[in-house]
Amino acid sequence: MTKTFTCIVCPNGCEISAETAADGLCITGEGCPRGRTYVMQEMTDPQRTIATSMRVEGGETDLCSVRLTKPIPKARIMEAVAAIHERTLKAPVASGSVVIAGILGTDSDVIATKDVAAAEA
Amino acid sequence: MSKLDVLIVGGGPAGLAAAVRLYEAGIRDILIVEREKTLGGILRQCIHDGFGLTRFGESLSGPEYARRFIERVKELGIPYLTDAAVTEITPERAVTVVTREGLMVYHPRAVALTMGCRERTRGALAIPGERPAGVYTAGVAQAYINLYNRMPAREVIILGSGDIGMIMARRLTLEGAHVQAVYEVLPYPSGLPRNVLQCLDDYDIPLYLSHTVTCIHGDRRLEGVTISRVDEKLRPIPGTEEYHSCDTLILSVGLIPENELSLNAGVELDPHTKGADVDEHYQTSVPGVFAAGNVLHVHDLVDFVSQEAEALALAVGRYLTEEGFAEGTREIACGRGVRYTVPQRITGKEEFTLSLRVAAPMKDVTIVVRQGDAVIGKKKMKKALPAEMIRMKVSPVEGDGELEVRVDD
Repeated sequence: MTKTFTCIVCPNGCEISAETAADGLCITGEGCPRGRTYVMQEMTDPQRTIATSMRVEGGETDLCSVRLTKPIPKARIMEAVAAIHERTLKAPVASGSVVIAGILGTDSDVIATKDVAAAEA
Repeated sequence: MSKLDVLIVGGGPAGLAAAVRLYEAGIRDILIVEREKTLGGILRQCIHDGFGLTRFGESLSGPEYARRFIERVKELGIPYLTDAAVTEITPERAVTVVTREGLMVYHPRAVALTMGCRERTRGALAIPGERPAGVYTAGVAQAYINLYNRMPAREVIILGSGDIGMIMARRLTLEGAHVQAVYEVLPYPSGLPRNVLQCLDDYDIPLYLSHTVTCIHGDRRLEGVTISRVDEKLRPIPGTEEYHSCDTLILSVGLIPENELSLNAGVELDPHTKGADVDEHYQTSVPGVFAAGNVLHVHDLVDFVSQEAEALALAVGRYLTEEGFAEGTREIACGRGVRYTVPQRITGKEEFTLSLRVAAPMKDVTIVVRQGDAVIGKKKMKKALPAEMIRMKVSPVEGDGELEVRVDD
């Protein structure tokens, strides 16, 4: 059986085919070794990163944009978003700071992607 | 009138990269003018990741990518104005700026146009129907959610498969909205393949090609839209209409370089890119006025916007220090399968980076640049898509043969 994948590792978006034969897997069409790794991962345990916003208390804005530092299992994305939305940060928040370490017990951290200064009293 | 070496119009990714590179090249009498309250341009609202893969070898969010340049601008002490809008540039390069402190007029030796682009709206498509609230361009919806922290939608239909539209389909889904489908008038997606996968397929959002919205319904708030299939000439097919109820219609139907100021300055535009017609030094038809980034032609990757703006900076540096800056007058013709090229003309005296887009999706092709009988640039592509800008080095040879870029099998 042949399956076709669109690689999402970089913007080239290579179309990669994976053919499962009796003697193993034949991967073709990848532009670089990362494509091969991506397809292997995609076939066994697809992973994604996401970005969302997190509540901030006492800040100049009510929300702060955040992202994952590493991909997590695709099936757990909505669970991760819910876990992020459950929490509230205290201003000030610095861009790049870890706001949740190891989300859902994975090795992926949630980091702030912008500064939120404390609201002026 | 204040004298200045370079005035940079716009503090987004192009303006920031140009400023840093100019400063590093020793050109210090420069000024960035930004109309928003802070630097960063459109990157401020692009909180998804995927920026910087080419430039930094890591996947950053938009604000983080912008921050790397903004910090450098601040570190170097490059002067910038925010909350300040350029309202006029004359062909003689007198630049009028409205600031909090009042009206300023600068007379820089060179102007860098880095204003970016804007979105095509419902008006540009002339979609029939009523005019309720709930019809937004993708960028406006993105600003509501990511900058103003407001959720503008519950039941969503998206028209157009541009990258921002697909990214908003994912973003709206993550924030609890239901995205019913994306409809695209063309027979192929407008955005990058990776976004079809990671923004639509991952969230089971269907993409219907060769479909468009033919009527908008609703009194105060949008209540629904009529969707029709289109024929090969993109005309709606009578009898295929289907009504879908929704409270929000997001439009991701193309970007147009923002060139009102350029036109005022007498800059000639290319009808295909809707940006300035430039030579390989990014100089427009008005001497001393340069353009790069999305104001020149719409890019799909910010990494290339930064690169192009840095190339502009080096050219501006040469323009300021060298005497007799040669103007490129030799036109590059767009041959078979090529929608546009940037630059549109060259001096023919030096190697340069050619950017182009193909006219339709193709597989196993070679992009060939010819000068008379000589091949001066060649790039093999497993697939070439209109959504992906192609960049290649081209080395002109002696002689005055006609220049042409085309797609060969």
